[in-house]
Amino acid sequence: MSLVRIIPVLLLKEGGLYKTVKFKEPKYVGDPINTVKIFNEKEADELVLLDYTATREKRDPDFKKIAEIAGEAFMPMTYGGGIRTLENAKKVFDSGFEKIVLNSVLYNDLSIIEGIANIYGAQAVVGSIDVGRNLFGKQKAYSVSGTKNSGLYPVGWATTLEKAGVGEIFLNAIDRDGTWEGYDIPLIRAVSAAVKIPVVACGGASGMADIERAVREGGASAAAAGSLFVYQRKGMGVLVSFPTQKLKI
Amino acid sequence: MTIIVNYGLGNLTSIKNMCKRIGVEADISGDPARIEEADKLILPGVGHFKKGMENLNSGGTRQLLDRLVLAERRPILGICLGAQLMTGHSEEGDVDGLGWVDAVTVRFEEAAMNGLKIPNMGWREINRCGESPLWADLPAESRFYFVHSYHFRFTQPDEVTATAVYGYEYACAFRKDNIFGTQFHPEKSHKFGMKVLENFFKG
Repeated sequence: MSLVRIIPVLLLKEGGLYKTVKFKEPKYVGDPINTVKIFNEKEADELVLLDYTATREKRDPDFKKIAEIAGEAFMPMTYGGGIRTLENAKKVFDSGFEKIVLNSVLYNDLSIIEGIANIYGAQAVVGSIDVGRNLFGKQKAYSVSGTKNSGLYPVGWATTLEKAGVGEIFLNAIDRDGTWEGYDIPLIRAVSAAVKIPVVACGGASGMADIERAVREGGASAAAAGSLFVYQRKGMGVLVSFPTQKLKI
Repeated sequence: MTIIVNYGLGNLTSIKNMCKRIGVEADISGDPARIEEADKLILPGVGHFKKGMENLNSGGTRQLLDRLVLAERRPILGICLGAQLMTGHSEEGDVDGLGWVDAVTVRFEEAAMNGLKIPNMGWREINRCGESPLWADLPAESRFYFVHSYHFRFTQPDEVTATAVYGYEYACAFRKDNIFGTQFHPEKSHKFGMKVLENFFKG
């Protein structure tokens, strides 16, 4: 029996936290330090912090800010956004993060995975796949915060990333993001069945029932969510929360 | 002063952050002179066993640690890979470790995992099975954060102070005199880990 990891995802922009809907319409939800302190009190399993505009703006991670945020966190911390080089990755680890998320860089350079894994271990390298739909409704892997269609199928790309050495897949369904409509179970199932490494499901969660479905029906090893943990309910105000109930499988 | 031994692997900042939080003066250093001054030591580490031993062996850190820990009996806490390095040998890279405890480090047996993925990553409750000052005042249902593909296997069960279950039951913490090890990450385990570290510094 093991406890399923439930992971709040926080989107960082200009020093504040935002939440999107389908990767668009960013709305301010609060101060990152304050939010992390609340997640400490609520004993969240892990946190993922994504600087989602870094790659789009072609800039490096905000090392000072993220070190400040990680310094307040007494749970495992993952950072993603703007990591293009081993040097950048090292600085992120030195800032107090256990894992880093790579996404856009992987479409040009898979070798960065091995470089990082050799020092920090494969479990420290998370391959993120943002899944969107093209004009014909086919699901494809997108880069640069969901703005660029790579033309690759999610399952094929996941197996490529596994072979290249990532320790985990972070699978985000863009058209579920911020919708509270539940996870994309068929997508999660297809990717989870194709790889041996853990898959973290993201996008669409509206409650524990969705999380349980992602794990039991989708085969995900862990479940991540944004809106669920920063809003009271759909369409309601900001309220940072974390379930007290544990999911055991 | 506590020294968090830097031998070039893994995440040291979060341990220092946790020390600061509980009011313990700790520094990260690989400098022999600084390590020599330490009244307590933490051997951290996330990464590859072989690389870890290579780094310890090449820098002369190993001889220094052997003396401080085995001869002078200074308290040391190994965390994750740092604890595995204290065993005699690891299947990861097929190399010998520090050999401070009667154990080896082995990979999770794939055949016994019942479909569970390796690494074991996430929060697990532990079963305390031996007396350890680290467990003082720890709530019964304490849980800790684990990330590992290899685990300790002890020949002297009386050195094992806790087990965890992932696929099967395995040793996840040990104590031999002044030498402590945890497979889990106390520095990332909320109030439970905070308590374990406080207990280490109290003793």
